Amino acid sequence: MTALPFVFRAQILHALPSGGLHWPARDLLCVADLHLGKSDRMARRGGVLLPPYETVETLDRLAQDIALLAPATVICLGDSFDDLTAAQGLTDPVRDHLTSLMAGRRWIWVLGNHDPGPLDLGGTHLAEHRNGPLMFRHIAEPGAQGEVSGHYHPKLRLQLRGRSITRRCLLFDDTRLILPAYGAYTGGLFCDRPELSGLMGAAAEAIAIGAPPVRLPMPR
Amino acid sequence: MAKPARMAILHPMTRPLPPQITGWFATRGWSIHPHQQAMLDCAGAPCQLLIAPTGGGKTMAGFLPTLAELADGRHTGLHTLYISPLKALAADIKRNLTGPIAQMGLPIRVEDRTGDTTAHVKRRQRADPPHILLTTPESLALLVSYPDAERIFAGLSRVIVDEVHALAESKRGDQLMLALSRLSALAPGLRRVGLSATVEDPPAIARILARHPDPCAILLADPGPDPDIAMLQTDAPPPWAGGGGRYAIPAVLEEIKRHRTTLIFHNTRAQAELFFHHLWLANDAQLPIGIHHGALAREQRDRVEQAMVEGKLRAIVCTGSLDLGIDWGDVDLVIQIGAPKNVKRLVQRIGRANHRYNAPSKALIVPANRFEVIECKAALDAVRDHTLDGDSDHDGPLDVLCQHILIRAAAGPFDADDLFAEIRTAGAYANLSRESFERCLDFAATGGYALRAYDQWQRLVQRPDGLWQLRDPRRALRIRMNIGTIVDADKMQVRYQKTRGGAPLGEVEEYFAAMLKRGDTFLIGGQIVRYEGMRDLVVEVSRTPTQKPKIATFMGTKFATSTQLSERILAMFAQTDWPDLPQHTRDWLALQRRVSRLPERDRLLVESFAHDGREHVVAYGFAGRNAQQTLGLLITKRMEDLGLDPMGFVATDYATLIWGLRAPGDPKHLFSRDNLIDTMTAWLADNAVMKRTFKASAIIAGLIERNQPGGPRKSGRQATVSTDILYDTLRKYDPGHVMLDITRAEAMRGLVDFGRIEAMLARIGDRIDHLRLDRVSPLAAPLFLEPGRVPIAGMADQRLLEAEAARLMATAGLTEAPRS
Repeated sequence: MTALPFVFRAQILHALPSGGLHWPARDLLCVADLHLGKSDRMARRGGVLLPPYETVETLDRLAQDIALLAPATVICLGDSFDDLTAAQGLTDPVRDHLTSLMAGRRWIWVLGNHDPGPLDLGGTHLAEHRNGPLMFRHIAEPGAQGEVSGHYHPKLRLQLRGRSITRRCLLFDDTRLILPAYGAYTGGLFCDRPELSGLMGAAAEAIAIGAPPVRLPMPR
Repeated sequence: MAKPARMAILHPMTRPLPPQITGWFATRGWSIHPHQQAMLDCAGAPCQLLIAPTGGGKTMAGFLPTLAELADGRHTGLHTLYISPLKALAADIKRNLTGPIAQMGLPIRVEDRTGDTTAHVKRRQRADPPHILLTTPESLALLVSYPDAERIFAGLSRVIVDEVHALAESKRGDQLMLALSRLSALAPGLRRVGLSATVEDPPAIARILARHPDPCAILLADPGPDPDIAMLQTDAPPPWAGGGGRYAIPAVLEEIKRHRTTLIFHNTRAQAELFFHHLWLANDAQLPIGIHHGALAREQRDRVEQAMVEGKLRAIVCTGSLDLGIDWGDVDLVIQIGAPKNVKRLVQRIGRANHRYNAPSKALIVPANRFEVIECKAALDAVRDHTLDGDSDHDGPLDVLCQHILIRAAAGPFDADDLFAEIRTAGAYANLSRESFERCLDFAATGGYALRAYDQWQRLVQRPDGLWQLRDPRRALRIRMNIGTIVDADKMQVRYQKTRGGAPLGEVEEYFAAMLKRGDTFLIGGQIVRYEGMRDLVVEVSRTPTQKPKIATFMGTKFATSTQLSERILAMFAQTDWPDLPQHTRDWLALQRRVSRLPERDRLLVESFAHDGREHVVAYGFAGRNAQQTLGLLITKRMEDLGLDPMGFVATDYATLIWGLRAPGDPKHLFSRDNLIDTMTAWLADNAVMKRTFKASAIIAGLIERNQPGGPRKSGRQATVSTDILYDTLRKYDPGHVMLDITRAEAMRGLVDFGRIEAMLARIGDRIDHLRLDRVSPLAAPLFLEPGRVPIAGMADQRLLEAEAARLMATAGLTEAPRS
């Protein structure tokens, strides 16, 4: 796997081609915004009938990362499920797959705005989680130091010699890090939007997700 | 309605017209055209198709039987439904119909109903329909979706489809014919009338129009005199590339001065905007000139239309929005800027001049670049020879069918057998199999996925009595909000800032808006405006004194040159000299023949050369823009597989230019038929064109929705999943899904146009001529200036991104951590 190492708060972290974050020193994998069950929620609410395969697809990706890295700890950084009903309505094969991924490792469900309640799934359910110098929570907080969050689904767009390239991206500056959405059916927010450019410091950088991920100054 | 000719054509009347009508004709000294009489004579037929040139009193021919049947005032409710492809046309017909009806003293109420009609009027029309309702295919689809459709259409006797030739080849036409299948079920005995401009194959139009298997009577009117048409002579030769025709502005201004009213047609809106801007700058005589195209705000268009009706404009710069038969003012000259790409369209545009029967239309065509000189010559020859481009029969597309099923469900519970039988009465769907229908019904009902989820995963449910209905009746609102088959790029409104009145100017495509930075200037509605910001998903602008705008790159439709025109061009290339062409173009072709070769009909010319540090390959396939584009995708795919690092290509109607990091050696093997067909099969599934096609069909079929109750989200985060991801997911987990089949079928005849590639391959066989040149050939040179370059998202893409990132990091004084 062509992961991209970078330094954040004096820790060497790896940006993965999948959009996940690997912290080798702590043997930890962090993924944000899986939005499992999104098509189910949309159908339930009388919206469009999207192909109901995003949960399988997202878990397959997660399984690949876990198989390669065998992390001792996995943090799902909130909005793991598109809503609580979707979490409760998992089909048996999906539930079994998830259980097999969770087996033998510490699994932390950080609560998100889409899945604010505890889930009937094992693992630890936390509003936020501190691990040494890093604080893991779903939505970035003002003034936070060493914070890893998700929620915004950042992506970037570059005009290169007349062609436009759009990629999901990880953002970081010297105080915070924002992960891209990991789930298959997730839209995104361009990082030049005020919600993100206002949050990130002037020297913020972006890592465009791809194989391999590519690091560049955050486009504003 | 056009003025009938002043000639006295006497014809025995087999069915007496009411005295109010004959009296009206008599007081004007007019008599009835033979084809108008013929329409009256067979007014009882289940289907009639009238083929007549513009200005032939076609519309009156369509309405006369209606006026006669309504003259006694005994009919209550809707009698005749008139459908036109353009809102403006419906409004125009209303104007031209209410006058004579009032003068004849007939007790007939005429109203129009389009997207522009107010909600209040629309409600009243449903409660109390007029005798004659003038509408568009989309507004009709909407009417049919209401539960009271049965009551509204119960007494309907006639339906008139105007400009049926323009609808026959499009999904709008397919949707219309499905709506008519519903109307025929609601109003048995409904008679259909089609009005069409001259077409190559009238029976093909008749098959689409008639209720299957009803017969259709075809009436051919006198086509009138040949048009007076020529290429505009200019002092300066046209440029090598580009599509704007700006070089011709002095000559065009002279022509405007010499004529009463001139229509100046462009193939795209951006070109119309730019041309208008420069025309205005050069307009020293202050001639009143307006602009009209589909992306302008309605208020803007209304003003131009009104000024034109009042004869206040000397010229109107326009696009396809004025293609069809609106009878406006006294147009005595039509100028077509840019090659018309298709002879039928040219003939219709020419017909906009001298909107009178028996007077020749006058037109000039202006090639926008050097190659178009040749193309325009071919088009002129085709008009003189009266050869139009052929119509092709087509099977009705299934995405439109899926939408129709949802529309039917919005109107109320239905029986699947009844609906299937009804749909098969639409000509384009006459051969629809029960299996295809069931797949579309299943898609409409549940999404049609192989993986069955939960009970709630249902839009439609089957009741115990076997009828299908919406699971949640509120769903009907969403269905109605998403009716339509025109899928443009997402558009954003453009307005002046609130502080400056907030007047609407028009719309631009979303990707264009996304590129704008504060202070950028662009053209819209002939004005240069300054981008100020985005507010509630509206682009806000201010006035600016700037003279040079950042170009408005929002696109109009790009047409592919028809097969007929391509063949004519290749035939021209076979000549030893070209005395009919301007000297500059003769010299150009002669030079190409000397340093390389001219393309030939039964061979494929491939040139390769190094230029500007890259390797280039040009293939002159003459297969039309879409097919040449596909050829580019196929060849670059093969090059990528062979490790030749292609970087991109650009396609025109006649050639594809590919560039990359490495020379392909002898490129012949790249173009061999077997190779291309193999690559096609592998590639078809996974490319940008398929994804674009999928998106359009997914919107039409209702897999995703463009409009949602409550309006768009304001957070800026996309609420919708990218259709590219949906496409990839379906391919991976549900490869047999109906949407993938629809996409494949659409792409083969649409953007991919593999049909024309196959025809080309069959034509050339193994006769491929490769010439290695030491520099760019004369015919290839303009391709370097062509817009619309397609990048290849292969390894070259990742390399570029990495190089750019390294550059940006270095500029910012940052250093990257070492790779693990």
